[in-house]
Amino acid sequence: MGYLDGFKVTFKQMFDDRVTNKYPDDKRPKPDRFHGRHVLNRYEDGMEKCIGCELCAGVCQARCIYVRGADNPPDEPVSPGERYGFVYEINYLRCIHCDLCVEACPTEAITESKLFEFSFTDRQDAIYTKAELVVGDDGDPQKLPWEDWRPGDAERTSAWVRATAPNGSAAYEGRVGWSGELGYGVRAPEKDQAAADTAPPATKKKRAG
Amino acid sequence: MGDPLYADGINLAVILIVLAKVLVIFAFLMVSVLFMVWFERKVISDMQSRIGPDRAGPWGLLQTLADGIKLFFKEDLLPDRADRRVFHLAPYLSIVPAFLAFAVIPVGGTISVFGHKTIMQLADPPVGVLFLLAMSSIAVYGVMLAGWASGSKYPLLGAVRASAQMVSYEAAMSLAVATAVLSAGSLSTQDIVNTQSGWRWNLWVLGVVPFVIYLIAATAETNRPPFDLVEAEQELVGGFHTEYSSISFALFFLAEFMNTVTVSAVVVTLFLGGPNGPHIGFLPSLWPVVYFLAKLLVFLFVYVWFRATLPRFRYDQLMDLGWKRLIPLALYWLLLIAALRVGRDQGWNVYVVLAAGVAVGAAAWLALGAALRQGEIAEAAEAVAP
Repeated sequence: MGYLDGFKVTFKQMFDDRVTNKYPDDKRPKPDRFHGRHVLNRYEDGMEKCIGCELCAGVCQARCIYVRGADNPPDEPVSPGERYGFVYEINYLRCIHCDLCVEACPTEAITESKLFEFSFTDRQDAIYTKAELVVGDDGDPQKLPWEDWRPGDAERTSAWVRATAPNGSAAYEGRVGWSGELGYGVRAPEKDQAAADTAPPATKKKRAG
Repeated sequence: MGDPLYADGINLAVILIVLAKVLVIFAFLMVSVLFMVWFERKVISDMQSRIGPDRAGPWGLLQTLADGIKLFFKEDLLPDRADRRVFHLAPYLSIVPAFLAFAVIPVGGTISVFGHKTIMQLADPPVGVLFLLAMSSIAVYGVMLAGWASGSKYPLLGAVRASAQMVSYEAAMSLAVATAVLSAGSLSTQDIVNTQSGWRWNLWVLGVVPFVIYLIAATAETNRPPFDLVEAEQELVGGFHTEYSSISFALFFLAEFMNTVTVSAVVVTLFLGGPNGPHIGFLPSLWPVVYFLAKLLVFLFVYVWFRATLPRFRYDQLMDLGWKRLIPLALYWLLLIAALRVGRDQGWNVYVVLAAGVAVGAAAWLALGAALRQGEIAEAAEAVAP
């Protein structure tokens, strides 16, 4: 009954699992190295990591980063180095979340969070200034009113930096090559990278037939 | 037979009862459309491993209401080159027959209201089935005039398709209905339902063929997938309703889904015994309605199932199916049923009549096949010729 087989398929499908989920209520876990909204990190003593070198701005292909460096005030330094970023702006109407800035950064100052659900209603809100990008005193990203943060999201930043080594060599797996962060200390390396590299992409429950 | 309501003449109470019936049917149809849209979206999303609407109301039940309210607050646009009057008339031409057709559908048995006995059916005219056919034919005027009056290309193409499709499938549908009329010996829907009592449903009494033909033709008649060439999104944007917005569009939408409900009700009436079903002791007037609604629901599901399963027909396939298959088959089956009835009345041997019928059918089938092949050869030769 070739003509009627299709009816069997659609009928069976009704009792199968749903592929979609109830999105705003029920979000899927994001991949470890998801590229979201950026954060500017600080060292454990509260110093900013950014040294105002403008490499991120230079590498940015969307030209969305604007940085101005300045000499640290000697009596009240902002960063441990000579200079610090005294203007730091990212225009999220231009950013394509390629994360080249994260790769370029010599001090792991700029990393990415998992947040992608931010819907501003004003162009001015689209330009995140340093005050908004830099992590708070607890080491977590600042939560702006138009951003959809859920509990637990904030801890899962900077994962890409903690993968293998900056050059991607698997020989460096599990070796810590990064500095500590405010509120979190030295983060543990990403687990099971070698396995994740060789394993086939994770799939949901296999469908019969 | 007719409605026992009019037995003692017409007075105010009778008129009030009729008005109440009109109101109930109107409300039922409106609610059933709300339900049908929700049901269709839910079932089809089940079949596609999705969740479907779940935001408005419990299980998304109020989604249609929300959509309706949204449509009513939108701007009613009129294209520059549209024919104003016809453009505004068309949606009503399409929705009024959808309402009217339900008037002759028997929904339940006989009930007693304030001492007046009446059937659960708005009207039982002696020409009920003809009325149904007339309404389903008029409905296409809405589509046709909408397409024509829009003053735009895609709607016009949709309208042309709609009229061609109606003409092609109306014949097959009428022939299938005629077999049901033949077995009841009456055009009144009440009589047709009554002759099917005691599980003598037309579905199997007439052989399954007229039922299948009617189901296919009715799907085509309501422009539902897989026969939705009239509003084929990929080819014609929205087809006949491309230029419609706001309330006018809502009316078309309403009419389309109401037609689905009405056609399902007609299938239930003609082939599945309407409100007939096993008798249950308590609440005797309630159960027929329940049976009717249950059968209706089955067909609504079947239409959604069609939509989820079958891809849209190509235009030539649509015409082939209509003219070369359904109409000859429906005609043959009508003649066969007629022959069997005449044979029964005249006391002829059933098996001889059946054998003769099958033999004639086979001969006709071969002749039809030969004619179609000839036509194809001629067509091919024409295509090759310079």
